[in-house]
Amino acid sequence: MYDVAIIGAGVIGAGIARELSRYDINVALIEKENDVSMGTTKANSAIIHAGYDALPNTNKGKFNALGNPMFDKLCEELDVPFKRIGSYVLAFSEEEVKTLEELYQRGLDNNIPGMEIVKRDELLKREPNLGDQVVAGLFAPTAGIIGPWELTIALAENAVENGVELLLNHEVLDIKKNDTFKVITNEGVIETKYLINCAGVFADEIHNMIAEKSFEIKAWKGQYYLLDKMKEPVVNSIMFQCPTDKGKGILILPTVHNNTLIGPDSEMFDDKDDVETDSDNLSFIQEKAKRTVHNLPMNQVITSFAGLRAKPSTKDFIIEEVKDVPGFFDVAGIESPGLSSAPAIAVYVADLVKAKYEDLKENIAFNPIRKAVPHFMSLSNEEKQALIAKDARYGRIVCRCEWITEGEIVESIHRKVGATTVDGVKRRVRPGMGRCQGGFCGAKVMEILSRELKKDIKTIVKDRSDSYIITGETKEVRS
Amino acid sequence: MKHYELVVIGGGPAGLAAAIEAKKNGIEDILVIERDKELGGILQQCIHNGFGLQMFKEELTGPEYAERYIVELGKMNIPYKIDTMVVDITADKEISYMSVAEGFVTISATAIVLAMGCRERTRGAVSISGTRPSGVYNAGMAQLLINTEGFNVGKKVIILGSGDIGLIMARRLTLEGAEVVGVLSRGGYAAGLARNVVQCLDDFNIPLMLNRTIIKINGKDRVESVVLVDMDENKQPIPGSEETVECDTVLFSVGLIPENELSEKADIHLDRKTKGPLVDDTMATDVDGIFACGNVVHVHDIVDFVSFESEKAGKNAAKYIQGIRGKSRSHVKTKAGNGIGYIVPQEIQLVHDEKIVELFTRVRHVDTDVKFVVKLGDKVIREIKKNHVTPSEMEKIVIAASALELSNEILTVEVTKEGV
Repeated sequence: MYDVAIIGAGVIGAGIARELSRYDINVALIEKENDVSMGTTKANSAIIHAGYDALPNTNKGKFNALGNPMFDKLCEELDVPFKRIGSYVLAFSEEEVKTLEELYQRGLDNNIPGMEIVKRDELLKREPNLGDQVVAGLFAPTAGIIGPWELTIALAENAVENGVELLLNHEVLDIKKNDTFKVITNEGVIETKYLINCAGVFADEIHNMIAEKSFEIKAWKGQYYLLDKMKEPVVNSIMFQCPTDKGKGILILPTVHNNTLIGPDSEMFDDKDDVETDSDNLSFIQEKAKRTVHNLPMNQVITSFAGLRAKPSTKDFIIEEVKDVPGFFDVAGIESPGLSSAPAIAVYVADLVKAKYEDLKENIAFNPIRKAVPHFMSLSNEEKQALIAKDARYGRIVCRCEWITEGEIVESIHRKVGATTVDGVKRRVRPGMGRCQGGFCGAKVMEILSRELKKDIKTIVKDRSDSYIITGETKEVRS
Repeated sequence: MKHYELVVIGGGPAGLAAAIEAKKNGIEDILVIERDKELGGILQQCIHNGFGLQMFKEELTGPEYAERYIVELGKMNIPYKIDTMVVDITADKEISYMSVAEGFVTISATAIVLAMGCRERTRGAVSISGTRPSGVYNAGMAQLLINTEGFNVGKKVIILGSGDIGLIMARRLTLEGAEVVGVLSRGGYAAGLARNVVQCLDDFNIPLMLNRTIIKINGKDRVESVVLVDMDENKQPIPGSEETVECDTVLFSVGLIPENELSEKADIHLDRKTKGPLVDDTMATDVDGIFACGNVVHVHDIVDFVSFESEKAGKNAAKYIQGIRGKSRSHVKTKAGNGIGYIVPQEIQLVHDEKIVELFTRVRHVDTDVKFVVKLGDKVIREIKKNHVTPSEMEKIVIAASALELSNEILTVEVTKEGV
């Protein structure tokens, strides 16, 4: 019996789990996939928005404004890559400059600090690669970039270190309630006093298992290009295009690992698992992006991918205890700016749970600090020496694009929320993220996973449980 | 800081040949650094035969070819380190490497030979849409899993790209019981050697599908199917020709790129066409005392030519160390003219007593009855007739050094149609 069970281990679920681990209660974090951060958290623009965009009297506006300033402390505590590099909304005509002025005004209403409208001449000094048609830009210095799955893995790891139980590979099939909730999963029944729905694009389906249907979530797909690291960055800050009647435009930004991200478009699909890319959409993105940056180095593309947005029919985040089902909380429809709002949402929801108790005791053992797996190549030569002396496996480079050592991979596997798949290792310590996309290190990573987890290498999967890699041994006799 | 006269980075065919040749030319203090667990480089996973016809007049497998050099290296007592990765080189010829045995170490060298080889282009580089399931391999990784690790990678396979690795893997997978649905080439010809098309595809009834490519990969977890499409003469997909083909595995053999992250750290300039360092006729890069050879300079199709080129680099590095590199007797730069993809070397210096200069080049298109025209400035200095040329086969053009002495003009190679 748990006090609280959370369905969905994305950035929202993991964030709430960590906030609740500050208290002396039993918390379960339930996830249907074999790792955390496998849904909308896995593929998005990785931006912490300044917060001028959302309307002030909405949940989106409120939580974005609250969430943004929380990232410095949070990322320091959890040792997660985060850079406040600022963002520009670019205007391509005098008409669009008016939109910038409206956004500027809305930003003031949302109490967004430090904004300014920058004219082309000054803009080019800061961002020399901008296109010929750019007239001006609205600068917001508090916007930042983050590693979304690094954040989520860190949140989950810290939550587990502080007592939360993570139940991976548990798919919720149904929910019953009498005194308590009975969450029926493929791995058995989980009983809990309170239940929090953070199921991303599936939050409506979870809601409907126990409550009256009150909203719908549609999966809106966005596609992206990822470019290789380059000596000279394409852009130094996040570059939005001015929103028009035709849509929000395409953005170009550096990632925390110095790659360049270009995208996304936006298209609704019925299949909530559909993350395939389409060449027409990608060409569209490329065409649009060329307005922002001239001579876009498309020969540096290392991959393209698609992510989903959980778009609610209510148009705003749904964060509430469901009226007809006391003790059941929806945290649903967390589309953009969901990542930016996540820390504020986590605190707010933890407070909702806390209010259920007369006197909720704190977890005296709570430790907010979590250290990332050391990134060997960014250490000083002395630190490198010391780490190799401690564990010689830090002396062996496995991934030669990102310079990742065997020591880092081994540690990512043995962490509390450890990697069990090739992509799980990749999300934690990045082998395979680089230009060879795992061509050299993939087999080696499989070997290390097999050895460290004491599993037959034939059972090591790429990502989700059915993504098997090896089909058998050579020279097998065929029956 | 420990100092060596010569440090060779990479213990594959290029590095081994360069080190051996340097020793033969009088250099005693050599170190070869190899990142893998054994010497031999990519040859160790190339268990098919066909290596060594030029060098040894014999048909060897990849490991056998490598073995000859490894044995020679041992006999000559040339020191080497395996399982050791070079992570930095400076223009002052300081080299940092890492290993489990030694940790993080910085050494210096009088001369360096770069022999890091190349890597495969990936799915991302050819921009194919769809999902990102398991079952998508670079041909080289599949080759490693099958030949070195002993694991099969799939049962029903489509191979995109008709380069040599793609062709060889089509045969290898067939021998392991997989069904190879076809090998696709975006162009109108196979990108690999003609002998490989015959021995790997024709002999096993594996279809070579020309002017055809994959536009989409389907499958949520593992590959379930691909969408194929015909290409027009401008390599654009022909609408309406899409065909969905079931398979559980896709292999990419879509080209190789010299691996020059380290070269760039040493401020060595690269050729935009070869993606390898700019080199002169002694295989010297534009950073004093750093030489380069093999696939790190330009992608070769036959290892024997890698060995020849690397011997040249090793010999010239030895002369550099001994201080007997002479003054330039020529300042000729080479330029790929009409119909030519690239030329190596990019500069001709004639610092030694050369009698001839060898140019290595690839044509851009398949053609018949053509001639190579070599010009110095506007003056034609050599013409060579060819019955058949293809981008998949590197061409060697030999010219007399005397023609280039004291010149500072541009040397152009172009392909013209015979009789035109």
